[in-house]
Amino acid sequence: MAYEAVIGLECHIQLKTRTKMFCGCEVEFGRPANWNTCPVCLGLPGALPRTNITAIAYALRLGLALGCDIRHESVFARKNYFYPDMPKNYQVTQYDLPLCEHGTLPVVVEGESRTFELMRIHCEEDAGKSFHPERVGDRRISRLEFNRAGTPLLELVTEPVLRTPAECAAFLTQLRKLVRALGISDGDMEKGQLRCDANVSLRPVGQSALGVKTEIKNLNSIKGVEKGVTAEIDRQRRELESGARIVQATLLYDADHDKLAIMRTKESAHDYRYFPEPDLPVLRVTDADLDAARAALPELPWVREARFVSQYGLPPYDAAVLGDSRELADYYEACARGGDAKLASNWIMTEVLRVRNDRGWPLEKWAEQVPAPRMRAFLDKVAAKELPGPVAKQVFAWMADEAGSVDELLALHGIQVQGSAEDLRPLVLQVLDENPGPVAQYLAGKTITIGYLTGAVMKKSGGQAVPQVVQQLLAEELARRG
Amino acid sequence: MSISREEVQRVAELARLEIAADAVDRVAAQLSGILDFVATLDALDLGDCEPTAFAPAAAPLRADVPDESRRLGPERATAAAPAAEEGYFLVPPIVENVNP
Amino acid sequence: MSRAPNETWKLGAAALAARVRDGRVSVTDAVESGWVGPASMWEHDVNAVAHHDAEVRREAAAGASGQGPLAGVPVLVKDNLCTVEYPTTCASRILAGYRAPYDATVIRRLREAGAVIVGKGNMDEFAMGSSNEYSAYGPTRNPFDLSRVPGGSSGGPAAAVAYGLVPVALGSDTGGSVRQPASFCGVYGLKPTYGRLSRYGLVAFGSSLDQVGIFARHARDVAVTYAVLAGEDGYDATTRLGPAPDVSTFAAGVKGLRFGWPANLWAQGVDAAIVAALERSAIALERAGAVRVVLDFLPGTYGVAAYYLVATAEASSNLARFDGVRYGFRHEEAADVRAMYTRTRSEGFGPEVQRRILLGTYALSSGYYDAYYLKAQRARTRIRREFQSAFAQCDFMLLPAAPSLAFKVGEKTDDPLAMYLSDVFTIGANLAGIPGLTVPAGRTSENLPVGVQMLGPEDSEPNLLRAARALEVGGDVALLSTDEDPEFVWPTKR
Ligand SMILES: [Zn+2]
Repeated sequence: MAYEAVIGLECHIQLKTRTKMFCGCEVEFGRPANWNTCPVCLGLPGALPRTNITAIAYALRLGLALGCDIRHESVFARKNYFYPDMPKNYQVTQYDLPLCEHGTLPVVVEGESRTFELMRIHCEEDAGKSFHPERVGDRRISRLEFNRAGTPLLELVTEPVLRTPAECAAFLTQLRKLVRALGISDGDMEKGQLRCDANVSLRPVGQSALGVKTEIKNLNSIKGVEKGVTAEIDRQRRELESGARIVQATLLYDADHDKLAIMRTKESAHDYRYFPEPDLPVLRVTDADLDAARAALPELPWVREARFVSQYGLPPYDAAVLGDSRELADYYEACARGGDAKLASNWIMTEVLRVRNDRGWPLEKWAEQVPAPRMRAFLDKVAAKELPGPVAKQVFAWMADEAGSVDELLALHGIQVQGSAEDLRPLVLQVLDENPGPVAQYLAGKTITIGYLTGAVMKKSGGQAVPQVVQQLLAEELARRG
Repeated sequence: MSISREEVQRVAELARLEIAADAVDRVAAQLSGILDFVATLDALDLGDCEPTAFAPAAAPLRADVPDESRRLGPERATAAAPAAEEGYFLVPPIVENVNP
Repeated sequence: MSRAPNETWKLGAAALAARVRDGRVSVTDAVESGWVGPASMWEHDVNAVAHHDAEVRREAAAGASGQGPLAGVPVLVKDNLCTVEYPTTCASRILAGYRAPYDATVIRRLREAGAVIVGKGNMDEFAMGSSNEYSAYGPTRNPFDLSRVPGGSSGGPAAAVAYGLVPVALGSDTGGSVRQPASFCGVYGLKPTYGRLSRYGLVAFGSSLDQVGIFARHARDVAVTYAVLAGEDGYDATTRLGPAPDVSTFAAGVKGLRFGWPANLWAQGVDAAIVAALERSAIALERAGAVRVVLDFLPGTYGVAAYYLVATAEASSNLARFDGVRYGFRHEEAADVRAMYTRTRSEGFGPEVQRRILLGTYALSSGYYDAYYLKAQRARTRIRREFQSAFAQCDFMLLPAAPSLAFKVGEKTDDPLAMYLSDVFTIGANLAGIPGLTVPAGRTSENLPVGVQMLGPEDSEPNLLRAARALEVGGDVALLSTDEDPEFVWPTKR
């Protein structure tokens, strides 16, 4: 029997607000344990929450970008369960009256445009961190710390509308791109800024009722989501084909070993005893709040990518890469507008992103060193064929570390670009004299030998000649000898 | 409305309380008595009454500005802890090591 | 400064503060007075104080400004209000030795007004009780009759004000925990409108019901203290916005005010001495120009039923944080963290607290939420409407604070339901979020205090205090604006 998978995703997006969801502690990484804690986020007796206005503004931004229905009065609720990294032993979240519902995310999966329906987006607080048990003296202990506790999160839940691991990966890539474009999260899965759980069930093709689902946790990279979901689909298919039944369960994905482990089955499921959080008023969103959030919306990434294709003539692949973050797309546009857009795309996609990876520079660092106007001046020289390939690469490398215009850098490093025909003509004549064989072959009609001759001139010039100019001169001189 | 021994045990587990075996019946009887009394609410006509919510109508949200005055830091955060080390809280080993 | 016997403890808060401000009394004398006289005579038997520290007290007095509306006034605060310099334990083993790293907003406001915190009042564990018998520090006893309870859960602060340790004390009132002990101990006890006093730093029991309350021996002192404490707090999102109502009019009299008289509520099951006190109080109010409006009111038992679902549900969640991880008691023998939780909580909480956590957990659990918690919250709305229609006919209502006088120690500890029903007249105000004030109304032939209660609509504290003042002077309008407080009278001869 043929089966199809039905997948729903639950994504947690950590917001980059200055302070936590319900207290004034700063949201920072890399501080000593419990540095950013106060009575509220430590769950001390008597402490009370107060909602961060920016977290709500960010939630509205995401909700509007995805076309969600926004609730004018939504309600925070307590989700009650004991867990050591949760200071109050309840989480303040939203339950039956979330801030955003419905909406869709447009995604391109393997070249095909798809639209995935969402169930809801709501605001909640993050937990602290617990560490694996360790041995101290003669006993085993676990460590806990709460710097992360209370960090604002948005939980986004899709309808069970995804069918393949590739769709899951494309969905998350697009979501990450969106939250970056909106400026509400850095969306780095490795850093836990974007987290994902997947609900997976299988059903015979053609059947509309859903099968028994399992939930996979611990999917902390896009690759991990793809592999974890693949593993679970395979596991369920094997179970079903062997005649077994799927048991509702929570599974942990171990990315290092590409293995799933069952964490708990339904029998021990929690009873969260949700009820409205009495310490917080109803969350009211006015039309003015919505207008403000709408005004803060940038051009959405999928709209911008479509424009890159139509306006600059980029292939969709280039548009998608350059649209990965708002900063990158803005940088690209500043370099491309009115110039050679494809050339700009090539240089940014290969060379700029290479620097980012090799040096670990975020784009902001690059853009600080090489602001768009400087990059644009460089690209214009390349486009005008004033910089031969190797020289262009060299100049590009200097730009990352040194100040100055292209000409200044060349002068500083004692490089003279031999670009003009008069500079090069003696070299061309010399090469023709030294290579009678290839010249004869060329004249006999084997014009391909011009490539060899060009290379020889380039070599003599120390790589500083412009190949197109060399070729032009060779063609002229050869014609004269023909 | 009476509450069974099993329900008392289930609720106790949810609340992380342990009821001595010889006390379960007594607790069940006390809770049942209270629930019987609570059932008098059934006689009250609730008509179109929505659940009560209290907080003020236009409570402003908090500006996203750090509040250093309340920050505790590692030392004060762990000062009252039964066990702490280097700013961390120490607890017996956490077995279920994933937050549900 | 005279070294004559320091009897400043006999003064009310406003009178004492005036003497401190103009230098007639030092802050140290003002603060120590109650400890030298009354405490040495009473505290051993009454057990009103859970934590105090003479050194800390003297230092605080030495560092106090001597200025402000409560200049030099010693204040005892219930052990569920966070204070940096004294432990905050809610009279529970689970918080044994706990010191909060911050002051509650009301504590901060007391200090800013010149008051000196002298210690923490004994209470029922986590404010769950009506007799002050469920305390890790042993029961508080009623100074009028040591075989009787002072009421609860703020029994310690109420008893301390009654025997003269302090002129003002703070309690908390979730279902009557200020107004009922006030009536048992013969003092004033105000539960303000929900949201008027910040709850930041008040260890939560039932968050939608809890309010910090004020005990004092004089109506004026309640007004002065309310004015100091009331108002919006950025650390409590449930505080009401805008300025608090002006209670400086407390001596303006009650001429023309209408008071509701829901006599159906005390047709049965209420002590005759209380019924008689209600009648006396009504006559005094009428003498001062108020008008009695007879009305029928919904029996309080519905409120008790709704209350014990809402309060316990919220408590089951509020008390989840006491797990032995970050503060307080921890059971040391546990193989893993889950076992540690269960053992810590089972040993750390007393039986009444555990009973309420179980009830609240049950009321919220899957399959029961609608039948219990949701229905109770809807009943609450019904009760609010009941009050609204009553207050369409009158400015405030006069009614008992409790069905009985102070009962005997041990009389109700084995019957939780009987204990719960002693809050039948007070719970409605918490469910509806409205203010209530208990006013002393004399003593019985056995020397037991009798109190009566007044309830008004939201923000009606000014009217409640005007009525309280009118009753304080027996309805004699000529005496309304005298500055002289009535003389202090010992609960019993010592
Ligand atoms: Zn904090």
